[in-house]
Amino acid sequence: MKERFFDVVILGAGPGGYVAGIRAAQLGLSAAVVEKDSPGGVCLNIGCIPSKSLIHQASLFDEGKAMLERIGAKIDVSGFEYSKVWRSSRLAADRLSKGVQFLLKKNKVELVKGFGVLSDSNSVTVDNGGEREILHGKALIIATGSRPRALPGFQIDEKIVLSSTGLLMSETLPASITILGAGAIGMEFAYVLRAFGTEVTVIELLDQVLPLEDAESAKIVEKAFLSRGMRIHTSAKAEKLSTVGGKAEMSVMLKDGSAAVFSAEKALVAVGRAPNTENIGLESLGLRVTRGYIETGDFYETSAAGIYAIGDITTQPQLAHVASKAGEIAAEHIAHLLKGSPEPRERRINPYTIPSAVYCEPEVASFGLSEKKAKDLGARFEIARFPYKGIGKAVATEVPEGQVKLLFAPDTGAILGASIVGAGATDTIHELLLASSAELTLEEVAETIHAHPTLSEGIMEAAKVGLGRAIHI
Amino acid sequence: MAQKLMMTALSPTMTEGTIAKWSKNEGEAFAAGDLLCEVETDKASMDYEAPASAVLLKILVPAGGKASVGQAIAIIGKAGEAPMPPNELAPQPSREPEAPATESKSPIVAASPERVESPIATPLHGAPLAPASALPSSPLARKTARELGVDIRMVRGSGPEGRVVEKDVKAFSEKSPAGVFSSAVTARGEASLSPGRGKGNARPSSKETPVSGKRAVIAKRLSDSFFSAPHYYLRKQILAENLAAARAAVNAKREASISINSIVVKLAAATLLRHPEMNVFWKGDRIEQREVIDIGLAVALPDGLITPIVRDCAAKGILQIDAEFSALIEKAKGKGLSPDEYEGAGFTVTNLGSFGIDEFTAIINPPGSAILAVGAIIKRPVVGPDDAIMAARTMALTLGCDHRTIDGAVGARFLADLASMLEDPFQALL
Repeated sequence: MKERFFDVVILGAGPGGYVAGIRAAQLGLSAAVVEKDSPGGVCLNIGCIPSKSLIHQASLFDEGKAMLERIGAKIDVSGFEYSKVWRSSRLAADRLSKGVQFLLKKNKVELVKGFGVLSDSNSVTVDNGGEREILHGKALIIATGSRPRALPGFQIDEKIVLSSTGLLMSETLPASITILGAGAIGMEFAYVLRAFGTEVTVIELLDQVLPLEDAESAKIVEKAFLSRGMRIHTSAKAEKLSTVGGKAEMSVMLKDGSAAVFSAEKALVAVGRAPNTENIGLESLGLRVTRGYIETGDFYETSAAGIYAIGDITTQPQLAHVASKAGEIAAEHIAHLLKGSPEPRERRINPYTIPSAVYCEPEVASFGLSEKKAKDLGARFEIARFPYKGIGKAVATEVPEGQVKLLFAPDTGAILGASIVGAGATDTIHELLLASSAELTLEEVAETIHAHPTLSEGIMEAAKVGLGRAIHI
Repeated sequence: MAQKLMMTALSPTMTEGTIAKWSKNEGEAFAAGDLLCEVETDKASMDYEAPASAVLLKILVPAGGKASVGQAIAIIGKAGEAPMPPNELAPQPSREPEAPATESKSPIVAASPERVESPIATPLHGAPLAPASALPSSPLARKTARELGVDIRMVRGSGPEGRVVEKDVKAFSEKSPAGVFSSAVTARGEASLSPGRGKGNARPSSKETPVSGKRAVIAKRLSDSFFSAPHYYLRKQILAENLAAARAAVNAKREASISINSIVVKLAAATLLRHPEMNVFWKGDRIEQREVIDIGLAVALPDGLITPIVRDCAAKGILQIDAEFSALIEKAKGKGLSPDEYEGAGFTVTNLGSFGIDEFTAIINPPGSAILAVGAIIKRPVVGPDDAIMAARTMALTLGCDHRTIDGAVGARFLADLASMLEDPFQALL
């Protein structure tokens, strides 16, 4: 059997694996990345990237239509073909996947096609359609990612009952859909489908949409969704999903205890993602795995020395940017051990520095302590809010729904957390995140001159609210 | 293209040099290896040879001017070429810094609180800014320091480039009881607990332990002593047969044996009585001659070193000295000694013989001027009375003296007397 030797062998070319490979190469390590599908992982191929393409087109379509109607233009969308929308999203995914291939090549990272299995603590056996090869690595990084989670009784057939993957790969638009789960994935699809005219019903077990986000931000999103004609049921327990006469029928116990059946052309099950940790040889190596997630310590090293695990297969938030950062930390630590380069600055990602982002309209982005978490911890904090209505650009560009919400320490002005809901939130959040991690306080943010008119002014104003001296409210 | 000609290190230790003389004039061509100028350092005068053939376009540091290594001293290039615009040239430190042409309101200071030029910069809305010499610090670290009453200049930073961040201030405040720690749970405080979860597979390359108060005192006192008192050392090996036999004879009749150190301290006291010039404190502008003989004994404790003192050793017998030291050591291990029990020794004894050390040098324990380092009693070949080589128990003494107060001959006379006293303990009674 063919054998090759590397400093580090990485299983999976998603946003964790390919970034780890490039970082390792930058630090002088020889690296191989094993991938069974297209490089870029779920994120690029069947996740973040194609969904952002769909969201962008949905937003142009929806807002463009509304705007043209408002100014009296006659609109005829009869030639509309969703398959063309879909094709654009595939084009974006393919382009970026090729980009990853180019980046790996440019950095002399070996991309090995096939399914890799850890054969021992220093090697991976790759099977590419029957052709087998052994890759030896002084260190291994497992970055095999995740797949849509299946729920017992809610079997995904990708024909009528879809996962996010099935929906992203679907060329046709359903006339109606019932979406199970009002997390980021469910809400983003709800937004896209509704914008193109689908009848959308969202069912959420917890008491708010976007359960991981600030309750006030979630409320603003829910209101916007309801005004677009979606049906949303929170605190609603889905009990059964069956296909009856080619339709998806979901039996749900609603908040008031009454039973309801929602029938639609399709159903989307968006209840989280499950780690891909089966059949890759973990068991024989004695890695500690809890409910499918690999346990990691400092630098994302597993319980087996020299084997690292990053991304969706670990217990950290299942976000592409978390996987990438963990990949950099792991690669830097391996280079530190093998080449004596400096240790990574952080041993692990501080969970309070991870931004979360939801890309529907209005967008939601947040980091750090939420109001609820702060109360649970008994932290001393105050809240500053600034509404989008007070931001000149938000009004001028017709996106006046939203707010900037800041949690800060009353004695020092330290920024403990933030949630922004509204246009541009997923981009503007980083000013506050950078300020917080660099230990700037409300004062420094308030004193920084913000260009007028921009949506970022809302951040400056919110900081001023915290200091009791906002101008535009 | 015109290039800067830099001052280079003409010797391994050179950091700056003075141009003694330019051997070429502006506009003059030179070949590689030609003498360009002579450079003087505080150690030597050296030739600066041309690294390549070119024309000396402009001299930046004229004869008599100083330049540090890496600073441009001239512009070289092709004949007729214009030297670079002056704003690209390094400033010339040989000149006095000029006052700025216009009064500046120092906007840079206000805009970048990271490094502040004036001793206490103008605060922005009351935000405390770092003093000039301090390391960079985050705004939150400064505010937290103000909240906790911590002098941020005392805090060591753990951030990039030694930047002081909030957790450094909090850690400092927790360590020093002077600062009051108000425990607001913050995102950062909570978060810092979650990384570094012990998993058993972390491999930190080093471990840092904060310096304890006691360790800081030891560090300061010994550094002060070692770097201010000019130490010199005298060595003498003694025959320890009589000393060992006498101790064995006494201990044979006792339940608890007497420490060799108590005997050495007593005999040192007896010798000091005959050499009062050894029992002195350096006071900067005067020398204090001690009336009583207070002797300290260096004792190793798990968390550091302490030197309990037995006062007026000349007036006390060996048994009493031994009993007092035993009591002081017990107290030191327990609740600790009070300052009058360890401060102000005129002479100190330290013994590493129990660790099997043959001989060693010690750092003087101030304010005293001398310290006696005692090695192990071990058998060595010695020359006997009839020139026969024989095995005998010996002990090595090393006397460390502060040359400011004790000259070599004074120390030597003392050590010779002490040696003969230890070789023949009976002399102490004389």
